[in-house]
Amino acid sequence: MKYLLMALMTATMWGQVSFDRILNANKEPQNWLTYSGTTLSQRHSLLTQVTPANVKNLELQWVFQSQSLEKFEATPLVVDGVLYTVQAPNDVVAMDAATGRIFWVYPYAPSPEARTCCGRVNRGLAILGDTLFMGTIDGHLMALDSKSGHPIWNVTVANTAAGYSLMHAPLVVKDKVIVGTAGGEFGIRGFLAAYDARTGKEAWKFYTIPGPGEPGHETWAGDSWMHGGASVWVTGSYDPQLNLTYWGVGNPGPDWNSDSREGANLYSDSVVALDADTGKLKWYFQFSPHDDFDYDSVQVPVLADMEWKGPDGKEKLRRVMLWANRNGFYYVLDRTTGEFLQGKPFAKVTWTTGLDDSGKPVRVAAANPTREGTLVYPGVQGATNWFSPSYSPHTGLFYIDTWENYSSIFNKLPGDFVEGRRYTGGAPRSPVPSLRGTQVLNRTEEEGYGVVRAFDPKTGVRKWEFKMADVTGSGVLTTASDLLFAGGREGYFWALDARTGAELWRASVGGPVDSGPMTYEVNGRQYVAVSAGNVLFTFALRQAAP
Amino acid sequence: MKRLLCLQLVALGTLFAQHSFTPIDVEDGGRLYRANCSICHGAQGDGIPGIDLGHNKFRRAKSDDDIAAIIRTGIPGTAMPPNNFTDFAALTIVAYLRSMAAATATTTSGGDPARGKAIYEGKGNCANCHRIRGAGARMGPDLSDIGNLRLAGELERSVVDPDAEILPQNRHFRAVTKEGATITGTLLNEDKYSVQLLDSNGRLVSLQRANLRESAFVQKSPMPSYKDKLTQRELSDLVSYLGSLKGVEIQ
Repeated sequence: MKYLLMALMTATMWGQVSFDRILNANKEPQNWLTYSGTTLSQRHSLLTQVTPANVKNLELQWVFQSQSLEKFEATPLVVDGVLYTVQAPNDVVAMDAATGRIFWVYPYAPSPEARTCCGRVNRGLAILGDTLFMGTIDGHLMALDSKSGHPIWNVTVANTAAGYSLMHAPLVVKDKVIVGTAGGEFGIRGFLAAYDARTGKEAWKFYTIPGPGEPGHETWAGDSWMHGGASVWVTGSYDPQLNLTYWGVGNPGPDWNSDSREGANLYSDSVVALDADTGKLKWYFQFSPHDDFDYDSVQVPVLADMEWKGPDGKEKLRRVMLWANRNGFYYVLDRTTGEFLQGKPFAKVTWTTGLDDSGKPVRVAAANPTREGTLVYPGVQGATNWFSPSYSPHTGLFYIDTWENYSSIFNKLPGDFVEGRRYTGGAPRSPVPSLRGTQVLNRTEEEGYGVVRAFDPKTGVRKWEFKMADVTGSGVLTTASDLLFAGGREGYFWALDARTGAELWRASVGGPVDSGPMTYEVNGRQYVAVSAGNVLFTFALRQAAP
Repeated sequence: MKRLLCLQLVALGTLFAQHSFTPIDVEDGGRLYRANCSICHGAQGDGIPGIDLGHNKFRRAKSDDDIAAIIRTGIPGTAMPPNNFTDFAALTIVAYLRSMAAATATTTSGGDPARGKAIYEGKGNCANCHRIRGAGARMGPDLSDIGNLRLAGELERSVVDPDAEILPQNRHFRAVTKEGATITGTLLNEDKYSVQLLDSNGRLVSLQRANLRESAFVQKSPMPSYKDKLTQRELSDLVSYLGSLKGVEIQ
């Protein structure tokens, strides 16, 4: 009877991704139902077929060659054997997750007016029921039938001609789809908005820059709030017990010339905690007040529960948020209240002498951008960037892909706001190019390098590191068998021992890894997927000859 | 089905005795026509007085090549601009225009889309097999934008005689596994080793040919004919409703 019931349930559930399934994604680790695996955004999988002992037998299973020369930044979703991804900029592809053979492709032609600061890219999809959701580089949110790719609705989220775009995978919470707008380099006024998943009707909207009369508005001088940026570049997280959704907010604009925007510039460079039903602000924490360095909080909020020492000295389970910020600091916040619990640098930092007791950075005035330029660590791409970190409850460690010893010369230039034009107030120069235009690497370690670092999340103490020759744009994936997967710009994809950092396996993927790896299982076989260059690769253990 | 297409080609060939076109040429030409020509000439080809492209009524052109030349070079001194098509692309548009004559011949006209919607949802039970903007089943083609893809005559013919023409992407496929399980659905993709289907239960399935005992296209459409089920008025209404489906509107 039990089996019959299970069979029936499987039949009705097939391909139908209820929000309950998304909340309990860890109960079906064969699937990957959201951008970061679960709404807690740990990018940690409970699959254990591939282990440190057998990972040397990983071999290529299939590849998907995208018909795009843009970076392949999307993390795929996998639902019951079907893999969904986005070919840049906005073509949706459904494939057999075991073979890579294509079911359907939905081609999307963005408006010629679409403009993006850093590539015409997309970071992935969301799913609810049998509907896929995609934000487009020309500012639309679309719902597509997951079985056929046919559009169901198409909503204009923001005006692309004014520089707004959508880059990240939407986040589904209950019956709503949440997206935020990019475009901080074009003088936008950023916002997050939720849409009814069934109809596309807007349910709520939260401006990441408060308007007149709203708390925080006074942190922007004059009219600077109207074009102050504060974009949303990556997918947020959701805590079902608190019913809060958390989002990282990008830099204030103009990026490197802050003369016109005296004040802390809320909620730029912050994490905001919003009521998922109403979009009302519950709390915020600003990592880099009045930023002059483009240190946007363009990171996935990683949620974890861990024993934490209280004021009475006793350890007690605490709901925390782990955050390795572009500004070079690793933070732990209480995600119920936003209270700052601790912060430590995880890479070389010179723009501040450190954080005060409230977590506010103590600025070094001499570092602020000038017309001639100031040399500052970390450089303009930050000590980390949009690519996902990972938290493994199994090892208890937090893993960050880091740019170390990396600097830029920040200069500030005058510039007026013109709608739809770049509005950055400068042009930092770095020894490491923001985007690699060549396959050849010929620089020195003094110019900065990439490194995977493992930290004790409670103390911020480094446990191990894995150095690369080049920097990295890769996210980190960990699994319950204590494996860590990550790649780098030099075109390798590695499996490391998550406890020691030892290299266990690598594949030469021939292009920079600019995506977060993920893993899934079909017919009892575990696959690991990552995109590099413009190709999606999948690996699995070699099978015994039949 | 194949025979029918051949017959159509022969028919085109004898009528015009100029160029031979495949159904894919016609489809490609239709796409180019809708993207480039229908703005002035209209979806039915009769948007400019004195010209009815859908019924072989041209002002100057006599042959396929004449029409293709005009498409490419335009007509100086008129609103007809030159177009940057290859010879062959221009000829595919001609192929489409030639095919329109048959497709625009309808017995229905003046239908009411609102009444047609009621027939679609009620008497016709169309949503049991078809889907529009996320509502309905996936057994038959998604009709969300069918009004962009098919002309009234084609829609009418599909309703009263579903077997008359089945577009390649809508052919039904049947596979029987070595264990004896039968899977039917719309073929989405295939290669030497595998086939990909949207099966009749709405699942995306990928089957290894090595595991199949038999597999083939189903020659007949699974759709019933509505020839004797709908009155002429109801048919007009339904066709009018289907023709009004132009995809999702941007909100």
